[in-house]
Amino acid sequence: MKSLNTFRAGPDDGGHFGIYGGRYVAETLMPLILDLEAEYEAARTDPVFTGDMDGLLEHYVGRPSPLYFAARLTAHFGGAKIYFKRDELNHTGAHKINNCVGQILLARRMGKTRVIAETGAGQHGVATATVCALFDLPCTVYMGATDIKRQQPNVFRMKLLGAEVVPVTSGSQTLKDAMNEALRDWVTNVESTYYLIGTVAGPHPYPAMVRDFQAVIGRETRDQVKAREGRLPDTLIACVGGGSNAIGLFYPFLDEEDVAIIGVEAAGRGVDTGQHAASLTAGAPGILHGNRTYLLQDEHGQINDAHSISAGLDYPGIGPEHSWLKDMGRVQYVSITDDEALQAFQLCSRLEGIIPALEPAHALAHVAKIAGSLPKHHIVVMNLCGRGDKDIFTVAEALGVKL
Amino acid sequence: MSRAPKRADGRIERRFAALRSEARGGLITFTMMGDPDIETSFEILRRLPSAGADLIEIGSPFTDPMADGPVIQRAGQRALKAGITLHKTIGLVRRFRVEDDTTPLVLMGYYNPIYRYGVEAFLRDAGDAGLDGLIVVDLPPEEDEELCLPALKAGLRFIRLATPTTDERRLPRVLTNTNGFIYYVSITGITGAKGGATTSVRAALQRMRPLTELPFAVGFGIKTPDQAAEIARVADAAVVGSALVSAITDSLDENSAATPATVEAVLDLVRELGEGVRGARLEASS
Repeated sequence: MKSLNTFRAGPDDGGHFGIYGGRYVAETLMPLILDLEAEYEAARTDPVFTGDMDGLLEHYVGRPSPLYFAARLTAHFGGAKIYFKRDELNHTGAHKINNCVGQILLARRMGKTRVIAETGAGQHGVATATVCALFDLPCTVYMGATDIKRQQPNVFRMKLLGAEVVPVTSGSQTLKDAMNEALRDWVTNVESTYYLIGTVAGPHPYPAMVRDFQAVIGRETRDQVKAREGRLPDTLIACVGGGSNAIGLFYPFLDEEDVAIIGVEAAGRGVDTGQHAASLTAGAPGILHGNRTYLLQDEHGQINDAHSISAGLDYPGIGPEHSWLKDMGRVQYVSITDDEALQAFQLCSRLEGIIPALEPAHALAHVAKIAGSLPKHHIVVMNLCGRGDKDIFTVAEALGVKL
Repeated sequence: MSRAPKRADGRIERRFAALRSEARGGLITFTMMGDPDIETSFEILRRLPSAGADLIEIGSPFTDPMADGPVIQRAGQRALKAGITLHKTIGLVRRFRVEDDTTPLVLMGYYNPIYRYGVEAFLRDAGDAGLDGLIVVDLPPEEDEELCLPALKAGLRFIRLATPTTDERRLPRVLTNTNGFIYYVSITGITGAKGGATTSVRAALQRMRPLTELPFAVGFGIKTPDQAAEIARVADAAVVGSALVSAITDSLDENSAATPATVEAVLDLVRELGEGVRGARLEASS
């Protein structure tokens, strides 16, 4: 496909994946970002750090997560064999905790005494509040006021875990604005505070570091699918908001030429309506939140508000490595509307007895589109990266049901 | 990759030379272009020099200003609503230069609008219009190839921010590929926050002065004429931003539109700040 002999060499020393990535932050943060990079480089090969990490992943998070053959959905679509990587069974109900476990160990290693985070759907906020409770660190989570309304259960969970949840009322009051506010806090409290970013975005080293922490998903999937099927899968599918669950699944397979890889963005009310979150499908390269990547923006470089029924996908950008993988043609990016995701959400609940989060419901909606036309020996692995308990109020409202 | 010419001679250098010969620190004022509307912001801009501004930072708004506090965030939102763009801002610079060819103008903003404009086209248009320099908050030295080096080549000043976290290890890097002046941010924080103590500002400047011949402007948290005077005693200039934006904000009607009081509210404060700064002689020269 390419003259490159690997898709897994990035980023370069400056944190770039091709033209994407980088370190576009205020000078105040630069010394800390350089410290973080050095600390992460040291930690990743330190057996004490990796030992602590593996221990927590096994006994606290509950890894490895199962690879589950979705027999009824497979029969329903009548084509490819559909497997779910069950990251919704992790402690706290999503893949977010994989990254939080790694970063909290790093925060402790760096002697930080306070943790901040941004959250959209609240899953990353809950996971951060969880590890902060475990390690007895004060935790402040920034969350858009719009998201606070649609994700009440997660707001309450964070508070139970001892975190302070700060509503963000600027801009569209969603994930992007929460990230702005977290960056402002960080600039102000840079000496004491560790910023625990929840996705493969932000300035270098975050996109690479979060990817590395999430790549456990893909590594396990490789072993599990080989054990079950005696070979690698044919197609991988995951939803992309910032893109951490997707890159976690994809990364260990990027150099497997015969594995097709598909990322699913949120098309909201439709890519033509302007109310969507499909930055790769309908955006252009630009600079936001510390890196260059595809962004939803106007002709003057002002960032457009995103829209998705799923708070976790409601972001006008995407991790820089995804932008690069798109340009390189290694990963295909498609989009799914709110309505299609809602249908998949209900189908999965009824046929498999699994209520998925609205985020992976987007991935499943794309599986629904292609599975029927694929041969029966074709193996699809979809990352079921979160459970849907948090979404029942949103879904009820969308379906016109009063709870 | 060449270092900036040491003896650049432009409006910024001439203005700091003049301040030195008057043995006083200067007043740098920030004003957001387009706030609360484009014509009012231009009226403020053109009258700032006679009110006492020695150098002017013109703000170019961005939807996601991660280094700004609520006051400047809201100014940016008003400006965007009023329809300001980077193209229009450059047009205002051109209009300003018809009347004033000596007051330095420095554009302060974030990188994405410039990137989207196109770096080459932006530098050409901005230079032609009479803009003197750039302060781009989210371009640290690590990303110099993006805009800094092309800007220096195009003859614009690229002004760097130094902060309390800019330690000995980092300082040489911050002082490379830069000219005009150094903007010392007196706190770790966002615009509009409480400023740093004069003693710590003095100590920071003493640490940095031996490493560069460039003048130092100090900003963040300077709100009153007394504070400006205090800073102007130890630095080459004091920067006032959020306090001036607040003066605009307080003068607006319930629809966030300008009132007859708006322009004068800003200029009155600038006059007071200017008097404060002019009454304070530089420590080094007293």
